[in-house]
Amino acid sequence: MSVPAEKKEKISVPFDYNKYLRPGKLPHIWCPGCGHGIVLKAMLRAIDKLGIDKDNVCVVSGIGCSSRTPGYVDFNTLHTLHGRALSFATGIKLARPDMKVIVVTGDGDALAIGGNHFIHTCRRNIDITALVFTNAIYGMTGGQYSPTTPLESIATTSRYGNIEPPFDTCEMAKAAGATFVARGTAYHTLELEKTIYEALMHKGTSVVDIIDACPTYFGRMNKYKSATHMMEAMEKDGTVSVKQVDKLPPEKVAGKMLRGVLHKIDRPEYCEQYALLVQEKAQAKSK
Amino acid sequence: MGDAAKKLPRIEINPKLCKGCSICVDFCPTNVLEMRGTCVAVKDLAACTRCQLCDLRCPDFAIQVFD
Ligand SMILES: Cc1ncc(C[n+]2csc(CCOP(=O)(O)OP(=O)(O)O)c2C)c(N)n1
Ligand code: SF4
Ligand code: SF4
Ligand code: SF4
Repeated sequence: MSVPAEKKEKISVPFDYNKYLRPGKLPHIWCPGCGHGIVLKAMLRAIDKLGIDKDNVCVVSGIGCSSRTPGYVDFNTLHTLHGRALSFATGIKLARPDMKVIVVTGDGDALAIGGNHFIHTCRRNIDITALVFTNAIYGMTGGQYSPTTPLESIATTSRYGNIEPPFDTCEMAKAAGATFVARGTAYHTLELEKTIYEALMHKGTSVVDIIDACPTYFGRMNKYKSATHMMEAMEKDGTVSVKQVDKLPPEKVAGKMLRGVLHKIDRPEYCEQYALLVQEKAQAKSK
Repeated sequence: MGDAAKKLPRIEINPKLCKGCSICVDFCPTNVLEMRGTCVAVKDLAACTRCQLCDLRCPDFAIQVFD
């Protein structure tokens, strides 16, 4: 019997994550309520939308809780050195420009030890997507403050409150030359999926700053009651969409981070420029 | 259509994967779920609107809702 069209649309089919997960690797190592798992799921749905073969995707990471991601996914994967994921990814992309190269990195991995690689990747505008899992702490090593820990927050290394002003990851990526810069949160998971998809579709360096929660360290030390409480306070109430910001009174925007696509321009991409140069020199030689 | 014809969704929970964070319970708009010890359980299946929020925000691939 045929089902009427409008009814068909209502039938909910949950996403088949197993298609992209390595069998037998779950449960993952992340703590109960850790935002990294929510971000991973949004990433898999976004990659699925690309409709490309799994073998044409490469996921690269450094070191940290977030950097454990490649161990769970069934793509080409590389788990590298702390802060160096973008450098390995640059090599992969130059060797295989046809490959979709995605870097999964923590805020510490990307911006502290890896800060130099981060700015120079953006400067080159090489076609890589960097997903920065920003939990504002070093999760893996026990909760030391990171370059994105907010002022006055407690960390293992800032028992009296952090006195270092944090980076705005998006402003930094933009200033360094990234041609697609966006922010999302684990709470706004469907919006995040769309933002990651747009980043993956962009030609050039794309950076998505993803606010997610580390309930074990940041949460406990800063008196959040639960992962849910963190998602509500930091992700839902702590951010505002760029699409709404102009319609809101200033007091509703003050102190909040912007979500959505914040910067998108066209600029020559590194691998293409490299190929052009090689071609030009080869032609000159054969004349 | 009468109530008898109303088809209930199927909520699949994987107790081997659920870490008991309670995110799905807290964000379910219609109070379908509850924590039983360290694993989530269905309390009121008839109230489920199939919105998928529990699945979308579960960090552990532990809950899915089928029509
Ligand atoms: C060269 C080097 N220095 C320091 C470390 C120790 N270390 C491991 S993970 C980490 C920070 C991880 O924080 P982040 O990148 O924010 O990821 P998260 O664990 O919060 O997801 C550090 C300092 C290391 N593994 N290698
Ligand atoms: S320590 Fe923090 S970042 Fe690491 S798995 Fe646990 S909750 Fe997640
Ligand atoms: S699908 Fe929606 S209504 Fe049903 S249990 Fe999940 S969150 Fe609740
Ligand atoms: S969100 Fe997932 S892991 Fe957390 S309680 Fe619900 S099913 Fe379990």
